Amino acid sequence: MFRIDRRLIANVEWPLLIVTVLLVACGLMTILSATYQESQPFSSFFIKQAIWAGAGFAGLMLAMFFDYRLLHRYGYVVYLAAVFSLLLVHVAGTQAGGAQRWLGLGPVSLQPSEFMKIALVVVLATNLHRWAGGARLGLGRLIAPIVLFAPPAFFILRQPDLGTVILLGLVVFSVLLVAGLSLRVVLIAALVVGPALPFAWQQMKPYQQARVTSFLNPQADPLGAGYHVLQSKIAIGSGMLHGKGYLQGTQNSLHFLPEQHTDFVFSVFAEEWGFIGAVMLLALYAALILRGLVIATKAKDNLGALLAAGLTATVFWQVLINIAMTSGSLPVVGITLPFLSYGGSSLLALLTSIGLVMNVSMRRHTY
Amino acid sequence: MFGSHEVPTELRRRLAIASAAVSVTILLLVLRMWSLQILQGEELSILSENNRIRLRRIAATRGRVVDRHGRVLVESEASYDAVLVPEDAIDLENTVETLAHFLRQSAAETSAVLERAAGRPRFQEIVVKRDLEWEEVVAIETHQTELPGVSVNVTPKRYYPEGETLAHVLGYVGEVTREDVENSDYYRSGDLIGKSGLEEVFDEQLRGINGGRHVEVDALGRELRVLDKVEASAGQTLVLSVDLDLQRAAEDALGDRVGAVVALDPNNGDVLAMVSRPSFDPNLFNGGIRKSDWKDLIEHPRKPMTQRAYRGQYPPGSTFKFIVAAAALQEGVINPFTGIHCGGSYRMGKRDFRCWRAGGHGRMNVVQALAQSCDVFFYQIGQKLGVDVVARYARSFGLGAPTGIAIGNEKGGVIPDRAWKLENMKEPWYPGETLPVAIGQGYVTATPLQMAHAVAGLAVGRLYRPRLVLSTEDVEGKAITSLPAELVGGLEIKPAVLEEVRQGMVQVVNHPGGTGRSAALEGVVVAGKTGTSQVVALGRKRIKAQDLPWQHRDHAWFVAFAPAEAPEVALAVLLEHADGGGGKVAAPVAGAVMNEYFRLKQSRGAVVSHVQD
Repeated sequence: MFRIDRRLIANVEWPLLIVTVLLVACGLMTILSATYQESQPFSSFFIKQAIWAGAGFAGLMLAMFFDYRLLHRYGYVVYLAAVFSLLLVHVAGTQAGGAQRWLGLGPVSLQPSEFMKIALVVVLATNLHRWAGGARLGLGRLIAPIVLFAPPAFFILRQPDLGTVILLGLVVFSVLLVAGLSLRVVLIAALVVGPALPFAWQQMKPYQQARVTSFLNPQADPLGAGYHVLQSKIAIGSGMLHGKGYLQGTQNSLHFLPEQHTDFVFSVFAEEWGFIGAVMLLALYAALILRGLVIATKAKDNLGALLAAGLTATVFWQVLINIAMTSGSLPVVGITLPFLSYGGSSLLALLTSIGLVMNVSMRRHTY
Repeated sequence: MFGSHEVPTELRRRLAIASAAVSVTILLLVLRMWSLQILQGEELSILSENNRIRLRRIAATRGRVVDRHGRVLVESEASYDAVLVPEDAIDLENTVETLAHFLRQSAAETSAVLERAAGRPRFQEIVVKRDLEWEEVVAIETHQTELPGVSVNVTPKRYYPEGETLAHVLGYVGEVTREDVENSDYYRSGDLIGKSGLEEVFDEQLRGINGGRHVEVDALGRELRVLDKVEASAGQTLVLSVDLDLQRAAEDALGDRVGAVVALDPNNGDVLAMVSRPSFDPNLFNGGIRKSDWKDLIEHPRKPMTQRAYRGQYPPGSTFKFIVAAAALQEGVINPFTGIHCGGSYRMGKRDFRCWRAGGHGRMNVVQALAQSCDVFFYQIGQKLGVDVVARYARSFGLGAPTGIAIGNEKGGVIPDRAWKLENMKEPWYPGETLPVAIGQGYVTATPLQMAHAVAGLAVGRLYRPRLVLSTEDVEGKAITSLPAELVGGLEIKPAVLEEVRQGMVQVVNHPGGTGRSAALEGVVVAGKTGTSQVVALGRKRIKAQDLPWQHRDHAWFVAFAPAEAPEVALAVLLEHADGGGGKVAAPVAGAVMNEYFRLKQSRGAVVSHVQD
């Protein structure tokens, strides 16, 4: 089962790994800048994130070398374990910033909702792989995914963390879409709703936007949030073509940016590296996501295809929402930027996801 | 077979579409960056160079407080505050000093401002001085060029039109502490928060929701234009159960004397009046109380800041006897006809426990003993009941624990029993200690609010939690929440027993030998009980109040309800270190308050019937 034969080594998915390493490096570099102080150049945030990155690559290796087809049998176990950890957060979690999202395990605290993102994709792939690509998914087939979505959504809403629930919803939607949801229905819905949302957002009066934001994220001071988005746009825009240079971002160093190492890390990056840097970063994300979809296409079986596609979709939606949010095109919903935002559980989960996608890729030629 | 293409065609087709969608989306993000960094880059750069966007608070108007008839007790009016944005002050120290000159501030106040400015984001404004005089506003406006970063903000301030009236209940506001800011998402340093009384307890309802506006400012911090704006929404109005007229009457009845009056509606717990004298003017606290004013309040020998009505704990003295009488009748220790002889003192062990009347009362039943407040009668029934039973009944009347009125830091008094003494004094209970308890002395203490609560319970046979706030309303007067009367519980005492005790209390006021006749009213039967509680043990001596130092004089009490047959009002009067006993000095106060209650009722009734005509 855990055979690591030469064929596997030969098939290691180098492009995806290289893009991932580059993104993690960008993340560490930006967190260093976001939390930089002359008196203490290496902040505790940077050091912790570096340690988590190490743990994350270990997770990536582990996720890569077992045979993902074991998930045929254990997919539901993975899912139940993740839901159980959310239940634990609910009853015994620790609080920070008005939300109860973390489980303390000795010196480290984990955020199980990050791992739920993987577990949900795993269980959906397990559930849907037999039908994927065959006849159109009828309504009856939709019951199971919705039932599987409900418990994590419930627990994460209670934390409260609406951003993650929205993300999980988008992931379920994406997997269903790939697996065979009627394309016509979805296209019409997407064509109507998709572009309309940011457009409607920009048409709204500030106080209406504040209402939406406070609905989506009751903790945030609606005015403060508006101020932050404004400052974030100033940060990004003032980077202009070339950027202000590494560690030279004034918006960041003068503390005009909120949460500059988590939700608004992209603003720090874009201020310092300018349009050129931002486009290169977007190109890295594009490469990662498109490569993930290629791996899905070439997968040996439906399980692998859905797994790779779902995990890739998770990254895609987070990138889209976070960058749209920091550039003022979407309300601030508290979704972090994959690989760049500070957050140990998030990085560990992301690198584990990449490991799984690589796992699928490596086994496309094996029996 | 070599299965590199086992994934169905349809699935691969869908993945290809997904790839196209991803590519388009990423391209859209690139376009967004183009728009921000290239098209608007210049403009946003200028904004970032000298970050000119300020978030200015629009302070919410704090809610009003009105009495049960809608008369205003607290409202908000405009205050002109001098504020400073350190970011815009070219030379902060210099600006602060120039400003201090115009505001006639001392060096200490100036350095306090600089201290507040340190360790906060430089773009956040700090309030230098609240509630400016008109000349100060003019000075700042005309010297704007010398004062970069300084501006005048209009914010609401608290105004208490009745001054000292009800001050302890209303409380006051003051600047938030560091902890307040840390424990709340709402407050920032420099904000005003309720510090005591209802202002504190109902702070969340009163404060409203702040608004704000994003403004672009020039190099001096003056507003160039408003980028966007969120209006503030005002706080809720608190409607109190207090009747302002009755409150004033109770204050007048106490006059300059030190003490408290609490008047309740026994049928629902409504607090109709709650007086604590001496009082203070909460307007003094607006925008930070002056040091000298604060010193005067704190060092005043009669302690005006002390909330005597629900925080002052005093031995209830003979007012406690109605509870002991009820206990004895209910427990069968005596019946209404049981006679006990009073010869002026009662001997227990080697000690003589004296009655307040040296010559004794002769033989008396429970009604007579209440009417004449015979101590010997109560020593004996107290001894028969035992301290634990007395304590149980006292607690059933709400003594020994806070009543739960919605106001901060209420005290609960002490009702001693064996367990209490063992726990608090690490000593067993001595039988001789039961006798003082039976006449409301010894370790027994209660607040005036508790005594009013207890006598209200006797009046109707049930206890309602004292209620100060009837409802909250929005600015338009539409009800938001109403706080219903809350029944704490019924007294587990036979109606016949309660009736017998009430009869004794009617005799206190209406019998020629009663101790509280000066509380009698024309046309309304009042029931009451006097009390004179000793502050220091005088041994065998009997000394007149006038000859004792003030702080050694007795407290005078009167508790009452009326009309005796269908009670509408119950009250407790306490005079601290009074120049006479309860019957002489406290009963007239109670009489005056009840008289006003019925006069108001009649005149309001007249107005109503007039309108109906």
